[in-house]
Amino acid sequence: MADVAFPDEAETRARWGNFAWTAENAAQATKIIARYPAGRQRSAIMPLLDLAQRQVGAETQTQGWLPVPVIEYVAAQLDMPFIRALEVATFYTMYNMAPVARYHVQVCGTTPCMLRGSDDVMAACKNKGLIKGKTTPDGLFTLTEVECMGNCSSAPMVQINDDNYEDLDYDRTVAILDALAAGETPKPGTQEPGRHTVEPLGGPTTLKEMVSGNHDYRGDW
Amino acid sequence: MALADKDRIFTNVYGYQDWGLKAAKARGDWDKTAELMKRGQDQIIEDIKASGLRGRGGAGFPTGLKWSFMPKAPTPERPSFLVINADESEPGSCKDREIIRHDPHKLIEGALIAGFAMRARAAYIYIRGEYIREAETLFAAVQQAYDAGLLGKNAAKSGYDFDVFVHRGAGAYICGEETAMIESLEGKKGQPRLKPPFPAGAGLYGCPTTVNNVESIAVVPTILRRGATWFSSFGRENNKGTKLFQISGHVEKPCVVEEEMSISFRELIEKHCGGVRGGWDNLLAVIPGGSSVPLVPASEIIDCPMDFDGLKAVGSGLGTAAIIVMDKSTDIVRAISRISYFYKHESCGQCTPCREGTGWMWRVMERLREGKADISEIDTLYQVTKQVEGHTICALGDAAAWPIQGLIRHFRPELERRITERKGEGGAMLEAAE
Repeated sequence: MADVAFPDEAETRARWGNFAWTAENAAQATKIIARYPAGRQRSAIMPLLDLAQRQVGAETQTQGWLPVPVIEYVAAQLDMPFIRALEVATFYTMYNMAPVARYHVQVCGTTPCMLRGSDDVMAACKNKGLIKGKTTPDGLFTLTEVECMGNCSSAPMVQINDDNYEDLDYDRTVAILDALAAGETPKPGTQEPGRHTVEPLGGPTTLKEMVSGNHDYRGDW
Repeated sequence: MALADKDRIFTNVYGYQDWGLKAAKARGDWDKTAELMKRGQDQIIEDIKASGLRGRGGAGFPTGLKWSFMPKAPTPERPSFLVINADESEPGSCKDREIIRHDPHKLIEGALIAGFAMRARAAYIYIRGEYIREAETLFAAVQQAYDAGLLGKNAAKSGYDFDVFVHRGAGAYICGEETAMIESLEGKKGQPRLKPPFPAGAGLYGCPTTVNNVESIAVVPTILRRGATWFSSFGRENNKGTKLFQISGHVEKPCVVEEEMSISFRELIEKHCGGVRGGWDNLLAVIPGGSSVPLVPASEIIDCPMDFDGLKAVGSGLGTAAIIVMDKSTDIVRAISRISYFYKHESCGQCTPCREGTGWMWRVMERLREGKADISEIDTLYQVTKQVEGHTICALGDAAAWPIQGLIRHFRPELERRITERKGEGGAMLEAAE
């Protein structure tokens, strides 16, 4: 999210200057660093920034972001210069450089979703008061248009926080946003009645035995 | 001849059944893995070569041959690594996601066998950051494999020590390029490296590394179990095996399906997707291999065999077999312009032709979409795509150029029509060169 202006540094520092891992996240951080060879702890910068963003999110009841003091804290733990950590934080789109809402609505607008009607999904968001790149005044929704999310056979889709909602149209998008606003958890995955995942609608054309049981095809080899 | 269910590798691709270890074993995964490995490293590589497996990530490089470039005697100070590319971000592609969330043990078993064959110490699976739930499944599946003694010391009682780690990306298409992926794994911005040195010489942490796509690795155990000749009995010469096709766009029923390589486009769409929306006469064009390959007009694609050589013959490519179907209701210029925007967004900014060119090309495409241009600008745009193509470190520059070239090649009259209809009103070159 390199396009976003950095929030005021003095305020940020006053709020986040004392950032430290929770006990649980400290243990998780140690586990993450152990995935990489000794002396290569810098490799852990991406998972640790993600962990930090999630902790900030938990503390602010949002999807989290990365205030500069938090990035400094993570960089220090990995014994790397702050600028190298900041480079990573600004290069990858999933690190938020400014606060986001409780629900981060990420609508895919790339061609496969566009062909299946992502304009309608966008229109539904707009008519619900969401504005691209902005957070709603109630702090509930931030809307971002993102690039291909890899759900092309169940397009169009939106990722909200950690879940994907697929096979959307205008009404289904409205229903999901309404449910979230009401504090409910809509069922993630495809919103198409009768569809399981990415099989052709109406039932798979192949591997039909798998629908009802864990079929072992080795007997037919 | 149609592919039979018994010859499909990814039997749980739709996730009707549990992804866990117990269910995966019941479907045939992790079945006498140690015995497969007893064949020895060189024999496994020979078998994979003989099977005709070509990389499933887009470039189609022969997998066995790639493995054979790895050093035969790595030292403890300079171990070899296998990096598995699960950074599936090519618009249209959605197959690795299904493997990871529904059949992860095929991938993990494949990682062990492939890692053993190339004498690697460990595998890192680099999964794109947006696959959050998928990564949760993958972490859990790897843990199951460790708990069952299938990974770690004496993995699967084979006498070979092998680790598998999962690394999550954070939203950068470019990290699907192998050297950018290595940079990213090292904790840096994902900017591709100049080659040579190639990863097999100096890759992750400067050590010999092979980067393979998820599907390429996940098919390996089944190929070894059923034999190279089984796998090579599917598809045309030089285009062997089975393949996960991902169909999106204007078909009646978009889906992911495993089919025989070289299946014709018509058969694939008729059999699994319920046909083109509005019938075959309503088909406009198809992007057959993910956004970076040129589109193919309806008349040329309908009876084309879906494989590397068949699609090359119509001026496109198989890529990841991500088939984006467009019917006659499509604003074709907008569809391609949106792809240009994608590349502008995802350019890593390292090479000038791509960093500046992708934005420039997108802005001209947007003007062409509305016809706010001069007819001569079509040629100028074509020329610029030629200046970007082949002049960058990685293939993103090419990938940004090809869709536009394909559009101009096949839909020039449409571009001209839009300009003529506006009678040359608006839009000077200066606007694009901001």
